Amino acid sequence: MSTIFDRHVTVSDGCLLPKQDVPEQGLKKLIPSSLQRSSPPRIPQLSEPELARHYTRLSKLNYGIDDGLYPLGSCTMKYNPKVNEDLARLPGFALAHPKAEEGLVQGSLHLLYEVSHILSRMAGLDAVTLQPAAGAHGELTGMFLLRRYFEKRGEPQRKRILLPDSAHGTNPASANTAGFSVVQLPSNEKGMVDLAALKGELDSNLAGIMLTVPNTLGIFEEEILSVTELVHEAGGLCYFDGANLNAFLGRARPGDMGADVFHFNFHKTLSTPHGGGGPGAGPVAVSGKLSDLLPVPRIKKEGEKYRLDWDFPDSIGSMHPFYGNFGVLLKAYVYVLLLGDAGLRAVSENAVLNANYLQTRLKETFTLPYDRLCKHEFVLSGAEIGPGIKTLDIAKRLIDYGFHPPTIYFPLIVQEALMIEPTECEGRDTLDRFVEAMERIAAEAGETPEQLHTAPQRAPVHRLDETRAARQPVLTYPFDAER
Amino acid sequence: MQYVTNTKKDREQMLAALGLNSIEGLFSDIPRPIKEKFQGLELSEKSELEVVSALKRLEAQNANWENMTSFLGGGIYDHYIPSIVSHLISRSEFYTAYTPYQPEISQGTLTAMFEFQTMICELTGMEIANASLYDGATALAEAVIMAERIVGMGRMAVARSLVPDFRRVLDTYCGAAGIDVVEVPYTGRGQLDLRAIPADISALAIQSPNAFGVIEDPTQLDLGDGLLIVVANPISLGILAPPGELGADVVVGEGQPLGLPASFGGPLLGFFATHRRWLRKVPGRISGRTVDRDGKEGYVMAFQTREQHIRRERATSNICTNSALCALAATIYIASLGAEGLGELARLNLEKAHYLADRICSLPGYKLAFQAPFFNEFTIHVPVDPHRIRDSLKQAGFLVTDPGELEALGMQEALRFAVTEKRTREQLDSLVEKLGGIK
Repeated sequence: MSTIFDRHVTVSDGCLLPKQDVPEQGLKKLIPSSLQRSSPPRIPQLSEPELARHYTRLSKLNYGIDDGLYPLGSCTMKYNPKVNEDLARLPGFALAHPKAEEGLVQGSLHLLYEVSHILSRMAGLDAVTLQPAAGAHGELTGMFLLRRYFEKRGEPQRKRILLPDSAHGTNPASANTAGFSVVQLPSNEKGMVDLAALKGELDSNLAGIMLTVPNTLGIFEEEILSVTELVHEAGGLCYFDGANLNAFLGRARPGDMGADVFHFNFHKTLSTPHGGGGPGAGPVAVSGKLSDLLPVPRIKKEGEKYRLDWDFPDSIGSMHPFYGNFGVLLKAYVYVLLLGDAGLRAVSENAVLNANYLQTRLKETFTLPYDRLCKHEFVLSGAEIGPGIKTLDIAKRLIDYGFHPPTIYFPLIVQEALMIEPTECEGRDTLDRFVEAMERIAAEAGETPEQLHTAPQRAPVHRLDETRAARQPVLTYPFDAER
Repeated sequence: MQYVTNTKKDREQMLAALGLNSIEGLFSDIPRPIKEKFQGLELSEKSELEVVSALKRLEAQNANWENMTSFLGGGIYDHYIPSIVSHLISRSEFYTAYTPYQPEISQGTLTAMFEFQTMICELTGMEIANASLYDGATALAEAVIMAERIVGMGRMAVARSLVPDFRRVLDTYCGAAGIDVVEVPYTGRGQLDLRAIPADISALAIQSPNAFGVIEDPTQLDLGDGLLIVVANPISLGILAPPGELGADVVVGEGQPLGLPASFGGPLLGFFATHRRWLRKVPGRISGRTVDRDGKEGYVMAFQTREQHIRRERATSNICTNSALCALAATIYIASLGAEGLGELARLNLEKAHYLADRICSLPGYKLAFQAPFFNEFTIHVPVDPHRIRDSLKQAGFLVTDPGELEALGMQEALRFAVTEKRTREQLDSLVEKLGGIK
């Protein structure tokens, strides 16, 4: 793929910048020579048409939601409403500086206040911080809150966090960053938390449990109330990862399941775009006993005025330099206003219906290790579908059929996992076409396995050599190398 | 609901295919007591038109920025954003794509990440860069955590002249990671006090230009095994020496000045660059060049074995989603200027700031707080209560940072002004005129 650095178009006089209108003193006088740049950065000089074509060409090498089905399990790749984008760009919001006086940003503060209020009600919990910039950042915030909570209670020895073996990788990484040790809990034969194993881990060093509900197999923990009650009785707290909130939006609340801390993933549940890897937003809701520990500043309403409140001496500090990813928070607010309660219910209804429909149709061809009612997603196994065929081959072949592959090799407890989440946005026709493609791939696996091994054929590049990328790392443009 | 495609008939047929006779059957696994406690938001469905109007009403509660002249800075700056940036990042193939786990259909994102990494290395003078972190403050926190992993002293030093927004986040992360933070004072020139740097530290973090706008000179530093982390303003690097050439081991910073609107402080863009030898310790995504099986060049996410989805609790960081679209915006912004444009932009900022500083200092009682080089932001000692000045300026449509921020750093009776290429001489002169009238 050619990069901007491969282009050698030179334009002499750009008109992007205004002419200098103050008397110049010169670099020499203003900056000591030892602190001046001695040679310019190697960045090409392109005309605007060249630039527009380069990035338009790059965009066409991508696959976005507007291109088609994006059934990435646990990633909830739903449609991103266009109106969100327009409203985030309204100049009154986009140009607001975070250090502008409170009186000048009442609209922004009001919006953030409303978002907190909505999230608190959605979670069924008492207080919310909007600071976390993504789901994993929300997890880290939650783990910092747990740490502070036990320090305040004089129980700093509570350092063990229990994690089901189906947990997302950010969970153990977040717990570890906050100084907790991770204890893995095995799942039972139904794919749920094994209560007996849980009971064996409850002691005075327990800080809590991190749960994803429904879990990454797409299964709702039927014993969720017993799980949270047991952890609470042992003096621990319950952290809920909100990655899978789409499954029960408008029908149930984590607070009513026993959650003490819950993080939202806005680019999953609340329709904000993923951006190819961010920016996201991962607000965290907490129960009353943790609310004084939330990051500062918090947004407070006094009469008709909104202000920043720094006066929480027990707070963990700040997770973000300002108030969170305002632009992303705004988009989610727009989405919730558009949907209302009925629309939110329609989300979980269609997300779960679509997932169960796909599960039922695909289990005729593929192995379904946990065969039961699923929520918004389910996990197939690609093992034994054909000689020498791996899940990776199935995923790559789906690209040839015009679909984005599902999440693969996760959760770790399913061999050759294919984790499929259609979301509420897809219609039955699309689901049927996906089933047809999967069935044809299964047939090819037996008849013409080479077609799978060499897939994708119809992508801009064929299968890429990831080992080479690690063994001979080229991480910046090789200006000096022979090309 | 307009984002759902299934019709009522589709739903009935799909339910029948599942052997269910009601939607509620899909949720029979959620325990009844949980469902019974459910309360909604008490919000009715609204049309797009109604929501647009509601948001515009909220927007109108903010100031009309067109009528304001901003001298706000401290990490977030009012730079001009060329139209092409928002047009290109608005292509839905970019903004609606997921993290590029499937490289064959993500070459657009991966190539742009590779370009971004290259540009950050060119600006900072470092060998490798990641594809972004959430913001400059968390990038600094991640740098400190990496330094602690490499050096392992259990404590780090930080310049007191770091902007407080960064400091709060750094303290929060270090507190939870069990890293002690020692503060290093500034001299009468507003620069790091080299004599006050403690021994046995994993890292020293400085910011240049710092919270007073002063450019630091790290060339005389000797930290032993400790790493030098420099927080840099990327626009300044159009003319200032890359920190990598001045001895930095890690260069981080806030990328908002590179084509992102202030957006009330988010989304932002953290950049992170360091030496090649620490490649495997770096947090976050990295795009790497490779070839496909026909030998055709392409890009993949490299060194995923550092990351949480593979390494779990032993990952270099818990970061997953970062700030990819903002990094794309920055890449396009930098490309739209080119090397010459970046230099010219930095000179516009530098000269305008110095013009304003000189003009202000010609007023009786006003003087530069520090006799040290600065870029596009500077701190002025003022002869009247700075809070009163700020209020008077606001009435006249001029925005400056709360003097409380400088007071917290030990600077009384002072105000800070940031000047970008957007400020015209006329605006600068009228600010000075207004200041002169405040008694």
